[in-house]
Amino acid sequence: MRPLVLTLRRRPDQRLDLSALVPHLLAGKRAAQIERIALPMTHRQVELAEMFRLRMGDAEYIRIEGACDRLDHVGEAMIGGEIVVDGDVGVQAGRLMTGGRLTLRGDAGPWAASGMKGGVIEILGAADAHLGGPLAGEIAGMRGGVVVVRGRAGERAGDRMRRGTIVIEGAAGAYAGSRMIAGTLIVGHQAGPLPGFLMKRGTIVLGEGASAMSPTFVDCGQHELLAMRLWAGFIEPYSKRAAALLRRPLRRLAGDMAVLGPGEILIGNRN
Amino acid sequence: MRVLTVKGVRIDDTFAEAFGVRATAVIITADTARWARQAAQAMTGFATSVIGCGCEAGIDSELSPTQTPDGRPGLRVLLFSISTAELQKQLQTRVAQCVLTSPGSACYAGIEGEEALKLGNALRYFGDGWQISKRFGNRHFWRIPVMDGEFVCEATTGLEKKAVGGGNLLIIGRTSKATLTAAEAAAAAIAKVPHVIAPFPGGIVRSGSKIGSKYKGVPASTNDAYCPTLRGVTKTALDADAACVLEIVIDGLTSEAVAAAMRAGIAAIVKLGPRRGAMRISAGNYGGKLGPHHYHLRDLLP
Repeated sequence: MRPLVLTLRRRPDQRLDLSALVPHLLAGKRAAQIERIALPMTHRQVELAEMFRLRMGDAEYIRIEGACDRLDHVGEAMIGGEIVVDGDVGVQAGRLMTGGRLTLRGDAGPWAASGMKGGVIEILGAADAHLGGPLAGEIAGMRGGVVVVRGRAGERAGDRMRRGTIVIEGAAGAYAGSRMIAGTLIVGHQAGPLPGFLMKRGTIVLGEGASAMSPTFVDCGQHELLAMRLWAGFIEPYSKRAAALLRRPLRRLAGDMAVLGPGEILIGNRN
Repeated sequence: MRVLTVKGVRIDDTFAEAFGVRATAVIITADTARWARQAAQAMTGFATSVIGCGCEAGIDSELSPTQTPDGRPGLRVLLFSISTAELQKQLQTRVAQCVLTSPGSACYAGIEGEEALKLGNALRYFGDGWQISKRFGNRHFWRIPVMDGEFVCEATTGLEKKAVGGGNLLIIGRTSKATLTAAEAAAAAIAKVPHVIAPFPGGIVRSGSKIGSKYKGVPASTNDAYCPTLRGVTKTALDADAACVLEIVIDGLTSEAVAAAMRAGIAAIVKLGPRRGAMRISAGNYGGKLGPHHYHLRDLLP
């Protein structure tokens, strides 16, 4: 399958909204129609051809080359197909996605995977704050799908997460999994202070613990949990490191007792 | 009735009549194959006939660690019943009493179906509020805290509405020893066929039944036509030299699976021959008017 390739001509002088460039919205369009798609910028609109060089292909597979951190809403509300981005992206990449695969070969800005419901997002670099999290006023963050970050993630990764799986192979910032409602958040390296802050339910797995734990999590001892071995099998195709972590003995901390208590933080033990 | 003879074993030109039933399957795993079998045997105990047990159940196949969801040894168990409601009830009580209770066990869906039966969704309440729900993709599991850790159980399993119950072979011999040898060979061959079970003890039943009884309220009674001791006093189906009849009842997820199992059973009996095993094979039916599935023995010859 020959991909549809969009090459950024130059770094935009304003933020550029790419939510129109998802496979289902480009399907069936001719090259001339695609080049005339209006893309909102901070203060004006531009035609796609002004910002991108287009090489026509199958819109089910879109490649964005030469990307930079001013490209916002990449893959937003995507329902299927695949988008691969070479370079960094701005805010809300993959927000409200329900299907398909989004691969970011660089760093992602804040609110990547925000409110995501399905599909797979892979971020080869780092993710900024609020990975999978809700925008102001929204009740829940991520609601399904799989997010894998090969690098580190900023503050409040998995904030208000309701369902789905987030794997951060690197370290995580402060308040990882804050206000989690359910779902699974796996952090390969150390998490910043107070992971699981006010979490109700759900599972946070920390490969190397956290720089500071909330006293409202209570130690339930070290266990080899079958459920985590089962999870390792599911997660292995996405992250071998996460799978290896889940197969280790894990110390179970129940909490956050400040809100409800059925949530858990599992901390990997290397011994 | 015409009689066919294959390698000295007489095969009646008749058919087995089977019924449409509801079925489901679960996979039971444990830390060792021994404990997976222990749980599966407990769950499929007292499940020989829908007449008295509510369901017919048995072990379909052994699964290696690479074939199970959690990478541990396991077994696939099939359950058959006459209605979806009864199947749900039997599944729930049997998993709750026999699998949940067995050390180190876990229980997963063993079949996909358009409709689902509750598995963990029914058992989760044992967790008394400490149960944890986990989803991955379209699979949903419950983690229920128990005294040896956690019981992991898939939320639902599939319902097969077009399963077949009551495929059968009647194995007739000159002595009880030779007949049992033939029946054992057939049961062993049928055990290797996928998607079927032979629910009676060791796969073999000696008390084949007919519908009804002279007594009010008794739904089934002894199949006097095949009782060798009644040969002179009833309308017998047996020859003068028959001393023993054993039956194998087969339930399968598909009609093809039941036919494959009957074919395997006949082949095993024929291979043994009339001197060491059975002299005659027949099958039970009700004239062809009750069950929609007819398995003619002449179509299943080796």
